[in-house]
Amino acid sequence: MSARWLAGKVGAAALTLLFVLIFNFFLFRAVGDPTTQLARLPGATDAEIAQLREDYGLDKPLFGQFVDYLGDTARLDLGVSQKSREEVWDEILHALPWTLLLVGTGTLLATLIGSWMGVVAATKRGTKTDDGLLGFSLFTYAAPEYWIGIILILVFAVWLPWFPAGQQVTPGVEFTSWFAEAWNVVDHLVLPATAMTLMLLGQYFLIMRSSMVDVMTEDFITVKRAIGLPRERVINRHAVPNALLPLVTISAIQFGAVAGGAITIETIFSWPGLGELSYNAIADKDYPMLQGTFLVFSFGVIFANLLADCLYFFLDPRVKSK
Amino acid sequence: MSRERVKDLLLGTWRGRFGITVLGLAIFVAIFGPLLAPYDAYASSTDVLQPPSWSHPLGTTESGSDVLSQLLVGARVSIVVGFAAALISAVLGSLVGLAGGYYGGWTDRGLDALENWFLVIPTLPLMIVLARVLEPSLTVLIAVIGLTSWAGTGRIVRAQVLTLRERAFVERARALGAKDGYIIRTHILPNTLPLIFANTVLIVAVAILSEAALAFLGLGDPTRISWGTMLENAFSSSAPSAGAWWYVIPPGLCITMVVLAVSVLGYLFEEYVNPRLNEAEAV
Repeated sequence: MSARWLAGKVGAAALTLLFVLIFNFFLFRAVGDPTTQLARLPGATDAEIAQLREDYGLDKPLFGQFVDYLGDTARLDLGVSQKSREEVWDEILHALPWTLLLVGTGTLLATLIGSWMGVVAATKRGTKTDDGLLGFSLFTYAAPEYWIGIILILVFAVWLPWFPAGQQVTPGVEFTSWFAEAWNVVDHLVLPATAMTLMLLGQYFLIMRSSMVDVMTEDFITVKRAIGLPRERVINRHAVPNALLPLVTISAIQFGAVAGGAITIETIFSWPGLGELSYNAIADKDYPMLQGTFLVFSFGVIFANLLADCLYFFLDPRVKSK
Repeated sequence: MSRERVKDLLLGTWRGRFGITVLGLAIFVAIFGPLLAPYDAYASSTDVLQPPSWSHPLGTTESGSDVLSQLLVGARVSIVVGFAAALISAVLGSLVGLAGGYYGGWTDRGLDALENWFLVIPTLPLMIVLARVLEPSLTVLIAVIGLTSWAGTGRIVRAQVLTLRERAFVERARALGAKDGYIIRTHILPNTLPLIFANTVLIVAVAILSEAALAFLGLGDPTRISWGTMLENAFSSSAPSAGAWWYVIPPGLCITMVVLAVSVLGYLFEEYVNPRLNEAEAV
């Protein structure tokens, strides 16, 4: 039963991915004959273009090209960047850890702080604390994350020069130990990770708050209180664990927003991840790079969704029994 | 929605008053902004990155334009794109949701898969790819945002139609020989419209944020000033490192306030349409 459920989920994810590949292939094909872009390469001769046409298989029929494209993608051959002339996959591979570091830190902090704030607000419902937390998270929810990033730079890098405003390490510094280097990276991570956290915080807060409010009105909580357990203990031991489940669902919905945030926040902080690669590809009209980063973002989000589904499956006994 | 009830909703709570005031102000500026602007927002001068003064209440930009004038002129793009894209998304979402929910079967499965795809795929990267390939303009922005944000509406409409389809008054109409088109027009759609409306208001907020993000990434309409392009220009001319707070804070604050106002109104309508939310999600 559970194997079938898992197979269904994996199948759906694979289908979504196939749609992405079809979309990616035809969209960039629709821009016109890619040789018109190849011709923009500086100093490309007619012979070179003809050679590239053959290399890319552009003389074949469309379906043949699509099959080739699937094969290439499966072998992680995503083409060559029109800007740097490096392999797209190599550049993505270099950028990926930086994005994962930023996104991972931001998501972790947002989940912890957001849900903690949610619990506090729900248990102090209707007080000034609740109103304040609510106002704060609605504001961060509505504010563009790159604007929050700019303000962080303005305050914590320009006015109060506490943190560096860009890049992942101080350029040109020889580090004496790996620890010194790691500490330098952490220093650079503070502002972009704060921007990412503030961007995601609101959603976690709102969900946790309403989930807690729901749980607190349930009978078993009233019973626990009635048998004389202290309020603190009932909240921490009984209400919070039962209110956590919707967070898993919401984290799945958030993955798309996370990908968007990675693009804008990395741009602001010159953080050398996938987002910055996309931003540069937009400006340079570097289509292979844009196609490659879109594919990786989509794959990441689809995969993360699948993981969240599985987590949900293991956490919620009600899904299992169905 | 009864008139009295809507009036109560909008003016009876501070959330409603805040939403209506800010959104009303934004629409007013979107219409009359260019007339109110003290300077030509597109004109450059030699007074580069000047802090606020009596002649320039919000200072100047990196090319010496008046920030306040750009702010007043830029409202139009945000509001127009926000509402136009939300309208496209509402129409698409309603059509897909109605068709899937009402007809069921393979139509539903196909449309559901399509919706799923749009829900799962990261929206901003998708919009970036589309906008880049199509060359940015106001129309392209509206189309790209509208075409990528309808899936949530589709889901909600479908769920509502599924419950309506089984209700007695619909079955009665069907038993009396009413055609599908008639049932949808007279029974299903009118009972779904309030929900579509509430959802569309929320989509306006998403669309305004999307326009700003695309413009910030250099994919805005290059011939028009918007709050997003202001942030783009400020960022790419290093105004943040120059400490030019008067240039970087106002456009973002305007976006945030309008998005906040629209979201608050959207949630109010949603609570009104779906009273079950009242208890649990009283935000």
